[in-house]
Amino acid sequence: MTQKLVIIGAGMASGRVIEHLLDADPGAYDITLFNAEPRGNYNRIMLSPVLSGEKTYEEIVTHGDDWYAERGITCRFGEHVVKIDPEMKVVEGENGHVPYDKLVIATGSAPFIIPVPGHDLPGVISYRDLDDTNAMIEAAAKGGKAVVIGGGLLGLEAAAGLKERGMDVTVLHLTGHLMERQLDEAAGYLLRKDLEARGITVKTRASTKAILGEDRAQAVLLENGETLGADLVVMAVGIRPETRLATDAHLDVARGIEVSAQMQTSDPDVFAVGECVEFNGHLFGLVAPLYDQAKVLADSLLGKSNAFAVKELATKLKVTGCDLFSAGDFAEGETREDIVFRDPARSIYKRLVIEDDRLIGAVMYGDTADGSWFFGLIKDGTDIEEMRETLIFGPAFQGGASADPLSAVAALPPEAEICGCNGVCKGQITSAIEGGATDLGAIRATTKASASCGTCAGLVEQLLSVTLGEDYAAPQAQPVCGCTSHTHEDVRRLIKSRELKSLAAVWQELGWTTANGCHICRPAVNYYLLADWPLEYRDDPQSRFVNERKHANIQKDGTFSVVPRMWGGITTPDELRAIADAADKYAVPTVKVTGGQRIDLLGVRGEDLPAIWSDLNRAGLVSGHAYSKGLRTVKTCVGTDHCRFGTQDSTGLGIKLEKHLWGSWTPHKLKLAVSGCPRNCAEATCKDIGVVCVDSGYEIHVGGAAGMEIKGTEVLCKVATEEEAVEVISAMTQIYRENARYLDRIYKWLARVGLDWVKAQIVDDLENRRLLAERFALSQSIYRKDPWAEHAQNSATRAQYAPLANLTLEAAE
Amino acid sequence: MNWIDIGHISDIPLHGARVVKTPVGCVALFRTGEDEVFAADDRCPHKGGPLSEGIVHGQSVTCPLHNWVFDLSTGQAHGADEGRIGTYPVRVEGGRLLIDGGAIGKRSAA
Ligand SMILES: Cc1cc2nc3c(=O)[nH]c(=O)nc-3n(C[C@H](O)[C@H](O)[C@H](O)COP(=O)(O)OP(=O)(O)OC[C@H]3O[C@@H](n4cnc5c(N)ncnc54)[C@H](O)[C@@H]3O)c2cc1C
Ligand code: SF4
Ligand code: FES
Repeated sequence: MTQKLVIIGAGMASGRVIEHLLDADPGAYDITLFNAEPRGNYNRIMLSPVLSGEKTYEEIVTHGDDWYAERGITCRFGEHVVKIDPEMKVVEGENGHVPYDKLVIATGSAPFIIPVPGHDLPGVISYRDLDDTNAMIEAAAKGGKAVVIGGGLLGLEAAAGLKERGMDVTVLHLTGHLMERQLDEAAGYLLRKDLEARGITVKTRASTKAILGEDRAQAVLLENGETLGADLVVMAVGIRPETRLATDAHLDVARGIEVSAQMQTSDPDVFAVGECVEFNGHLFGLVAPLYDQAKVLADSLLGKSNAFAVKELATKLKVTGCDLFSAGDFAEGETREDIVFRDPARSIYKRLVIEDDRLIGAVMYGDTADGSWFFGLIKDGTDIEEMRETLIFGPAFQGGASADPLSAVAALPPEAEICGCNGVCKGQITSAIEGGATDLGAIRATTKASASCGTCAGLVEQLLSVTLGEDYAAPQAQPVCGCTSHTHEDVRRLIKSRELKSLAAVWQELGWTTANGCHICRPAVNYYLLADWPLEYRDDPQSRFVNERKHANIQKDGTFSVVPRMWGGITTPDELRAIADAADKYAVPTVKVTGGQRIDLLGVRGEDLPAIWSDLNRAGLVSGHAYSKGLRTVKTCVGTDHCRFGTQDSTGLGIKLEKHLWGSWTPHKLKLAVSGCPRNCAEATCKDIGVVCVDSGYEIHVGGAAGMEIKGTEVLCKVATEEEAVEVISAMTQIYRENARYLDRIYKWLARVGLDWVKAQIVDDLENRRLLAERFALSQSIYRKDPWAEHAQNSATRAQYAPLANLTLEAAE
Repeated sequence: MNWIDIGHISDIPLHGARVVKTPVGCVALFRTGEDEVFAADDRCPHKGGPLSEGIVHGQSVTCPLHNWVFDLSTGQAHGADEGRIGTYPVRVEGGRLLIDGGAIGKRSAA
């Protein structure tokens, strides 16, 4: 007698099971197929093209009504199964029972909905089936704004589709870069750029707090307080295996329904397949493994032996024009090596991860043509030792015997483009070399190759070395660090000319060789970005030295020192009392007066920092930035207020300057002083910027230092009024901020550019001086703030100062 | 192993670290740009620098006191510097951070 087979769920996995089963033995089972959706099997992964309008629903149907009818399958579409009774071997649908001999659960998964307030308002849609897709198409027909929560595969496909349909789309993503599970930062950055180029707004590190609206969704409120208007909200944050039926039937369920390699559940007559299962700790969210499962399950149902095994997976995003590919494991590790290839002009990025001479991971963006070849190497565990040097160039470059790293360049045809910006091909460069060019500078001068963005300089140098052989001496300019061949000057210039506004943009566009820099380049680039783009760039605390990240100086024993600001060296009895109280309360071991006219509290425990700051804040004291590559102190003498020699109000000017400049970040620390007469009691002539008051006005000095090197200042200019003095000093600070290398004090930088150049810029050119001072003021409108208050008052930041957990306290047993 | 839940991955800043006090001393939990989490001693073998305050890059951390660099997966110092830091088993499951109680000298509470 034919056995009865009941299948719950007409999705992509069960569709395959039925096909295999009928192909092998059409008479083996009498099949009943339930589906909660009021339709049979369609190609779910093609919903995105349906959403974007590239396909219609009819085109993605895989099994039409006729198909089921011809094969004698009883279809119960639009009917939920509400219960399984494994003892009686019956399945309970909404419209009645069906007995089974064998049962297949293929219920797929349910979209995960973040339970924020407002998640159940009309206008909030998940992205799973045709009904969701149609609801989105309908909403988009009215135009307006859409917010997509989730920057993974699904969310981005939804966003691209809605944008295609004319909506104004914003994607919110919790972590720092899109599709972080499939892509590394660099590829995530390129993807973001592509999406932004098509008009989609992307917000990373954006956490949804609530969905706002009366009768339907109207806006999304973010954790940081920002509100985004929304006529439609799409939640695409993840999926969860749909296991409720199995759990109620007391089958073994972990995160998914647990199955053996034969797809059998803990009940021998019940099988499960697809996204609802868990095998050996693995869950599945892409169709390739489900198809493998379907084959195994069909064999199991027919009594043939077969076993399912987990294989490597590759991911692609189905957004027209966004070419990305990711497979295997691309994390870094001691025993792993990276091969990175970037062609910024064409937005191409490729990264291969190699371990023990095998390729174990690949991420590609922009040019994914070789993706399947790399994926093959990963799956087969091919030994790649022989082709390592040319591996990144793909299959086209394999086969030759040469393992010379330059051979790939040598093998390029003469018409291969080397410099994308200026459209210079290899042939032009080699003929320039034949015509006598022997270094990069000469190539730039004769062909313009590498003269714009400069990122092809490496390739040009390789060409020089291939063509000239031993006659070529590589240039010796000092790069920022081992992560790049660019100098500080190049990096600064390129950040400006190519408008790079994020760390990831710098890593990608300037061809960094590491994934996210190192302790040398990260602080430098972070500084360059914030100095050049004060409005757009957001400071990255993790790219700062601990002192600046924690707004206190780290001492040799790991404790910190806390220095409140004393404007121009002036304080009051109340402030002194507050400092004394804080010193008592936090058991500060050392209280010291510093050379910069302030009081230093040494030996404060890291955990106590936010608390001591809020005490000091309450007394009106703010951070002295004694830890910063920024404005530190403005030292003053007493001037006309008290001194019989004083010519001007040096204390008053010092306070004015400090209030104007505080909080600004500079390439290195910046110290000022104002002396009331040439007796120079404030030691203004060994400061980065010093003012010496004289009868006729103010002499402005620059380029002094009293640190590792002792240097007297040189006179920049003399001005008549305080206002002019403040403007010249602002402009001086700004020109230093915009031009110096990170970690160069003013005197070092002056030695490079010359005082005359600076004079021409800010003493002779009044318009330029004014513009510099304006840019300084603009930056100050963002950065002139007390970091202590920010950290002490923000509970999330404050928590960072405390240990994550304390496991030394044994719980009472 | 005896896995202890000590918090959520988002409690550690990306490219940053947080400290856990344990019976074997302070253990730092580092989170890399790729969202991997590593646990290692919070003490530099050079002069005891607090590694949790260092800059995290790739799978390494740079000590804030004198810039020694350690590989977080093996604990080994990079380059010319000699020495290593102890590392501890840590897992991330559903966003939760699980650390091996056995390795950090904590008896099971269960
Ligand atoms: C928009 C979109 C794009 C995607 N793109 C890709 C891609 O590009 N590449 C890729 O590999 N994967 C992609 N996927 C994932 C892929 O579609 C799934 O992995 C696959 O469909 C899962 O197959 P399944 O049979 O396990 O579940 P499903 O195909 O989800 O089918 C499960 C069916 O069971 C039904 N059901 C659930 N509970 C019950 C019940 N109690 N009673 C009756 N019926 C029930 C559901 O209604 C559903 O029809 C995409 C998914 C979506 C939503
Ligand atoms: S610098 Fe001149 S004005 Fe200032 S305290 Fe000294 S002597 Fe007096
Ligand atoms: S203490 Fe870590 S490098 Fe010196």
